[in-house]
Amino acid sequence: MNILSMQNIRKSFADNEILKGISLSVDSGEVVSIIGPSGSGKSTLLRCATFLEMIDSGEICYMGKCAARTEAGGKAVYVPPRQLRAFRSCCGLVFQQFNLFPHYSVLKNLTDAPVQVLGCSREEAEARAMELLGKMGIADKAASYPCQLSGGQQQRVAIARALAMKPEILFFDEPTSALDPELTGEVLKVIRQLAEEKMTMVVVTHEMPFARAVSNRVIFMADGGIVEQGDPLAVFDDPQEERTRQFLRVFDR
Amino acid sequence: MTIQTMLALLAQSFTLTLAIFCLTLLGSLPLGLLVYFGKKSRFAPLRWLINMYISIMRGTPLMLQLMVVYYGPNLLLGITLPGNWRFTAVLVAFIINYAAYFAEIYRGGIESIPAGQYEAAAVLGYGSGKTFFRIILPQMVKRVVPPVTNEVITLVKDTSLASVIGIMEMFTRAKQIAVAPHSPGMLAFASAAVFYYVFNYLVAFLMSRLEKALDYYR
Repeated sequence: MNILSMQNIRKSFADNEILKGISLSVDSGEVVSIIGPSGSGKSTLLRCATFLEMIDSGEICYMGKCAARTEAGGKAVYVPPRQLRAFRSCCGLVFQQFNLFPHYSVLKNLTDAPVQVLGCSREEAEARAMELLGKMGIADKAASYPCQLSGGQQQRVAIARALAMKPEILFFDEPTSALDPELTGEVLKVIRQLAEEKMTMVVVTHEMPFARAVSNRVIFMADGGIVEQGDPLAVFDDPQEERTRQFLRVFDR
Repeated sequence: MTIQTMLALLAQSFTLTLAIFCLTLLGSLPLGLLVYFGKKSRFAPLRWLINMYISIMRGTPLMLQLMVVYYGPNLLLGITLPGNWRFTAVLVAFIINYAAYFAEIYRGGIESIPAGQYEAAAVLGYGSGKTFFRIILPQMVKRVVPPVTNEVITLVKDTSLASVIGIMEMFTRAKQIAVAPHSPGMLAFASAAVFYYVFNYLVAFLMSRLEKALDYYR
């Protein structure tokens, strides 16, 4: 089943076109890695998919329903704000800088949105939160505050917080770029575990071994477009485009 | 006049100083938030109005503002005000003056909160009201405690300005005692200074307790 379909997305900041008519489609259970040099538009693509940025033109649909589409004038038109919120709640985003709520305990970080936004009962939200923290291996940190945790633990809380909203698809924006190698490992392990459970995920990453081992598909982006995509082994071992080879060469050293 | 009598008179007038202090905070701390909202309004004329108001409050002496609020309605508009207008005028002047400062302090606190907090809230589906009151405001409160403490301490001393319109708060009383026949003279001012100092010491202590209480997160 198709979860996300983005068609011909264009997005500019002032006169700078970041996304140049890019399309991305993700099916249920798929794990897609997006790699590419910085400034290629990877993060902007995720921010458009999660409605943090509004596209200039193109079409964004979740599970066959369109949240934004280009109308006759050539400009993208979004559904009204109330409907847009429903779209928001079907996708989760994990940030590079975690962005946990520092004034809430770990448990409250996980339960506040389900209670306030989805209208879950506190008991229900807490039971789910504890289950997720257990899965992330940090059940003992429920009462801690984010500032008391290591970066790796904070990022696992952030992943649990996103999962607490039961999203159809989870986006990761360079989830390990703010972490040292040791902590990177513990976060990647959790993402790998989610992949095994067939969670639909799109991961922007610079961790090439991870992208290669965990994803079903790798997308190489450069200059606001997709240069090459396909099976990770094919893209990494036998890239067809010179631009891809040039980028991957840096990681072989 | 004995020293006991003098101290009793000062202590009695201090209750009025305390009332001005407490009621000003009670009014200006929340009003400051409303002023901040006005400054951030999408309605441009309201923004201009609020900016002008803040500019005047910060740009002119509080003593002058007190006189305008007290005498203005009668001198400018010919309105006859009730006998208890003096105290009300003091509160109005203090509250609108301090609200302007608090609004700017709140703005500083709110603008220092990283954009990532808004983004995390947006992705989790919080609306703008819930984002502000559940995510932004509590973090703002922690950040503004030190500058608010400064203002609160200044307010303790500023209450003495109310003497310009003749309200019987502690400073007015001290002046009165100092010029009375057989008065203890300078001792009246020195005693008033001790009252202010001790009260401010207490205020500073309580605010540092509040700061510590909010220290459970960074």
